[in-house]
Amino acid sequence: MQYAILCYNDEDVVWSWSKEEDAAVMARLSVVQERLVKAGKLGPSLRLLPTTAATTLRKSQGEPLVIDGPFAETKEQLLGFFIVDVASLDEALGIARELAAAKTGSTYEIRPIALYFPDQRKSAAE
Amino acid sequence: MTDAGWIEAALTAARPRATGALLRYFRDLDTAEEAFQEACLRALRTWPLNGPPRDPTAWLVLVGRNAALDAARRRERQDPLPPDEAISDLEDVEAPLADRLDESHYRDDILRLLFICCHPDLPATQQIALALRIVSGLSVAQIARAFLVSEAAMEQRITRAKARVAKADVPFEAPGAVERAERLAVVAAMIYLVFNEGYSAGNDPARAQLCDEAIRLARLLLRLFPTEPEIMGLAALMLLQHARSPARFDDAGDIVLLEEQDRSLWNGRMIAEALALVDKAVRHQQPGPYQIQAAIAAAHARAKRSQDTDWEQIASLYAALERMQPSPVITLNRAVAVSKVHGPEAALALIEPLSQRLSGYFYYFGVKGALLMQLGRNDAARVAFDRAIALADTPAQATHIRRHLDQLSSRATQQ
Repeated sequence: MQYAILCYNDEDVVWSWSKEEDAAVMARLSVVQERLVKAGKLGPSLRLLPTTAATTLRKSQGEPLVIDGPFAETKEQLLGFFIVDVASLDEALGIARELAAAKTGSTYEIRPIALYFPDQRKSAAE
Repeated sequence: MTDAGWIEAALTAARPRATGALLRYFRDLDTAEEAFQEACLRALRTWPLNGPPRDPTAWLVLVGRNAALDAARRRERQDPLPPDEAISDLEDVEAPLADRLDESHYRDDILRLLFICCHPDLPATQQIALALRIVSGLSVAQIARAFLVSEAAMEQRITRAKARVAKADVPFEAPGAVERAERLAVVAAMIYLVFNEGYSAGNDPARAQLCDEAIRLARLLLRLFPTEPEIMGLAALMLLQHARSPARFDDAGDIVLLEEQDRSLWNGRMIAEALALVDKAVRHQQPGPYQIQAAIAAAHARAKRSQDTDWEQIASLYAALERMQPSPVITLNRAVAVSKVHGPEAALALIEPLSQRLSGYFYYFGVKGALLMQLGRNDAARVAFDRAIALADTPAQATHIRRHLDQLSSRATQQ
């Protein structure tokens, strides 16, 4: 069963991490990631840049509106995600717990995947 | 789980909003700062035990406000307020306050806080020091290191700046649109000063921290004013310049020119963020100096190799900047771009009229020498380079020019 683990946090806080703190978090995360890779459970994962660099296109009646910034003004922002292939929700929760231990102060939404298309850039080039 | 690193980052992140809100409440910078400090101390005590509050900023504002009122009452020998342990969750006691602390309030609070630091009576260095202390929360020791002065001297400088600001008349009502735009422009200039203070320092890590701090402040402003293209431009400009930091100096500490830098050392994450911001800003069709400078830096960042640089675009961007902010230094920069497109002769013609106004400017003679050297006018080039060395501010600048002179000498021996 495939889940997306969506990571949320207050990006003001995340981007206030010192370089050392950031590096320490990334190092702890990579331990979790490596274990998942070895177990063949980790799909694509990524970290997003701050929402100040985001643009939102919102479809309304008529022409879609283009707005500066993120879709929703929330206390916590979507910072990135991991796609995991697991046997059960419990296992996905276990992974989220490990991620949370590596990176405190976050919220993790564990969301089952309906459709999955892997990276298609290579096949376009061929 | 609430570890120390997280709490520290949360307090740093909350500082501008919380101090800004406390300033609006107390209308006194010292009281606001002390209230925030006290709230931080209490956060360090209670958060590890109770877990972080749902809204750390609102918690800090409320606890800080209560602490300051409590202290004032104690001075007046009245009953103290209830302990802040009783204030466990926002939704109970704090809901009305949290409502008042919505983003639009914070926006003007933070802008006011930054604007106070930009008081026109304060010299630039004091503006920067004050902002770093009050808004960023850097310690006096950190700021002193960045400015290469003693801690005592910096303490004194900040105290003096605060005293001057305290006497200033700062309007506390919400600013109108025009006033807000004016404040924003002043604050943007101050943030860029913070950045340049760090950037011009070269590879000193204590000062390079100022670059990170300036970028953080620009992101904060952009969060509050998400549709301001000049703030996008400012953030992008600083990100693009800072992205090159790892390549700007060689192992000996000498300057590596943009064209000779190892581009694989550039910070791709910062460049990606900046390019997105430049594109976002362009959509607004309100060009300004920060946006144009960011567009120039972006043109360099987009070139995979230096020979791929779109100099024609850069030359026309400098021409646009020159129209907006006429300055001999901008003309000099345009001349460099023009030399790449139309050759050294055209560039020399552009900079000749600047000789009077830039007669004390290192880069003028560096550029002039390089152009003359390209034309094979070696003697004239040597004169320009000698002048440049005499005007160099840093050993790295002088070393760089000396390398050109060595090239000239070896040319002379070959002939």
